[in-house]
Amino acid sequence: MSRARNFARGFLALVFAASLFAAWLAPVSYEVQFREAPNAAPSAAHPLGTDELGRDLLSRILYGSQVSLWLAPAAALIATLLAAVIGGVAGWLGGWWERLALAATDLSLSLPWLFLLLTVRAILPLNVPAWSSVLITFALLGVLGWSQAARVLCAGARSLRHSEFVLHARASGAFGARLFFRQILPNLKPVLAAQFLISIPIFILTEANLGMLGLGVAEPLPSWGNLLRSLESGPHIVQNPWRLAPLVLLVLVVSSFQLLLPREEFAS
Amino acid sequence: MRFVRHVLAVVVLLAVCCGSAAAQSGGELRLFLRSDPKTFNALLAGDDASETVGYLTGGRLIRFDRQTQELKPELASSWKALENGKRIRFKLRENVKFSDGTPFTPEDVKYSMQVLMDPKNESPHADSFRSGPGDVTVEVTGKNEVTVTFPAIVASLERQFDVVAMLSSRSPQKELAALGPFFLAEHKAGNYVLLKRNPYYWKKDGAGRQLPYLDSVRFDIAQNRDLELLRFRRGEIHLINSLDAENFDRLQQENASWVREVGVSFDVDFAWFNLSEASPVAGPKKLWFASRNFRRAVSEAINRNDICRVVYNRHASPAVGPVSPANHFWFNKKLTAHPYDPQSSLRLLQQDGFQLRDGSLYDKGGNAVEFSLITNAGNRARERMAAMIQQDLAKVGIKLNVVTLDTPSVIERITQSRDYEMCLFGFVNVDVDPMGQMNIWPSNGPMHAWNPGQKSPATPWEAELDSLMRAQASTNDAKARKAAFDRVQQIVWEQVPFIYLVHKNTMVAVSPALRNAAPVTLRPQTYWNIEYLALTPAAGQP
Repeated sequence: MSRARNFARGFLALVFAASLFAAWLAPVSYEVQFREAPNAAPSAAHPLGTDELGRDLLSRILYGSQVSLWLAPAAALIATLLAAVIGGVAGWLGGWWERLALAATDLSLSLPWLFLLLTVRAILPLNVPAWSSVLITFALLGVLGWSQAARVLCAGARSLRHSEFVLHARASGAFGARLFFRQILPNLKPVLAAQFLISIPIFILTEANLGMLGLGVAEPLPSWGNLLRSLESGPHIVQNPWRLAPLVLLVLVVSSFQLLLPREEFAS
Repeated sequence: MRFVRHVLAVVVLLAVCCGSAAAQSGGELRLFLRSDPKTFNALLAGDDASETVGYLTGGRLIRFDRQTQELKPELASSWKALENGKRIRFKLRENVKFSDGTPFTPEDVKYSMQVLMDPKNESPHADSFRSGPGDVTVEVTGKNEVTVTFPAIVASLERQFDVVAMLSSRSPQKELAALGPFFLAEHKAGNYVLLKRNPYYWKKDGAGRQLPYLDSVRFDIAQNRDLELLRFRRGEIHLINSLDAENFDRLQQENASWVREVGVSFDVDFAWFNLSEASPVAGPKKLWFASRNFRRAVSEAINRNDICRVVYNRHASPAVGPVSPANHFWFNKKLTAHPYDPQSSLRLLQQDGFQLRDGSLYDKGGNAVEFSLITNAGNRARERMAAMIQQDLAKVGIKLNVVTLDTPSVIERITQSRDYEMCLFGFVNVDVDPMGQMNIWPSNGPMHAWNPGQKSPATPWEAELDSLMRAQASTNDAKARKAAFDRVQQIVWEQVPFIYLVHKNTMVAVSPALRNAAPVTLRPQTYWNIEYLALTPAAGQP
């Protein structure tokens, strides 16, 4: 198991590094359309071939990794922090606070998030640069994706509320925020880490889902989501199997994140 | 020797006859329908599914031949338009019966027109006949003769009757009694619609055999195009009315005899700038968009040939204007598509004071030229087109932000809030006649998309469009109408309120088991001649 985790760590480090140095590694700009060579097979000029508009696929995957790999963790961080505040505080305080927070969580979980995202995207200003639209998309994912984690954190904080060390801390005069930040939050760290790691692949896949609907990251910026859209056409995949590269990468990255989950802590 | 030759000739003749009889031995035609029909009353059909069923079940007095694009007599053996199209007299075919055996009489024509024009029924076809204040009257003017009088001239009057299905005033089956080649036998909501041969159908083939050849037509109701393709390849359905370029190529590679590319379709993809008074677009952008030079420059900066080649894999043609070259009569043959010429585009922009500096275009006031283009998400071809337009415009220094929105949001923006700058959309043209575009060109029209619902025309050329559309609508003189509509097309070509991009080709799939199929560009592309379609077991049948 530890070998698999080490492999996952190494693989993720490699992919993160490749995305970080995309500007140096990419053979050409991700947006240049070589219209004479749409759907081209791998060659020296285009090591992973081209997409349906003749854009270099390797360059698009590298730049797309920048979008998906760096912003998905950012969105996961936003979601986990929100969950920590809402779920953790509610579980810690208990009573009406907990009921209120759980009701808000249930409400949030019951919302059709896809339609919510569509609605929010529809009311945003139109003239935003591609990068801003990416940031907005992932910020929305982060802001809307806290509820599942909040439930787990609420349960964790509730169990800590009645634990012996908290009683000892109270007895020694620790109350309020000091008790929460010094005693509760540090003990929620494993759960927070697990929730953070779980959220990353979820947000990567969510962006991919939005991309499959044509609603994710705006053209010409690539993301794993809009790269996966080319897989909609079955015949092209059979004829051009290298077009599966973004999907293979996505599966490997999501699997790697799953392998990194602190299973023992999470199970307890 | 001569005897042997005669015997051989007889044998060959017998073989052909037997083959022909085999080719016309009935069977069930199977195809897909995207949704359940909303009505089985062919006179009130407005949605695609209802119109499809209505086309096969409804009998018409006059039929617009989808192949020749000319009018053909059907239930009316002859007709005459009177008073420049204010009145029309039909001589009805004799001994015609509905599918339940009820005779077809002039009273049925009267009844059908009453149902059509009754505002309570909200027939989508009635407005074409509401030419002025007053009622439509129908008189039985002789044995098997009916005269219909309208309050004012109805443009393209005879052509309008192509959509008027005849109902029975006396049949106990009411609107389900059919005069078309088939009648409705079964409908299981969400599952299938089954039509069976009308035993009383009036039409016969050249050999005197009663039509239609097919016993039944079964529509399986499903939206999934991949499933449709799969079932065609398995031989479970016989026709696909509309294929995209990708699936066409795929089927062609599998078996070239399965697919047919009929030619340029009536559908067109186009873009336009928001010039609406009610639009929140303000400042320099409003001035850019209002300039004919700017619109023309954008049009000339777009490489239509590349769109045809890359997006549609060569199964498309650059668009000239609102009318497709497939529309034989109404297309203005003097016009050609705006050429792809970035240099000419820059010259036009310079005439308006724009300057290209460091790869970016600036207007007279020093504002960088940047605007957004909205289009509907999920339409892969249109999204690709938007990405190509983005790169083309970048070559003349224009920064285009492509925004894909869900279709209801796009519709809301272009029709309600008018909060957009440029829009890329498509027009599925189902009407050959300019009357079908009366909601587009007049300045007060709701589909006058760049600036809809104007109280008075905002520009002299829109005023001219108004008068030309009025002129063509107020006469039945084909030459005068053609001249007026040619001028409409020319104004649109010059002023570029819409930037027409491409017409995709009509591509269909037809099973080799189906005989007499002659696909056309007009709907319904593959089974417009349903009476003559016949099934034979064929080798290599998909």
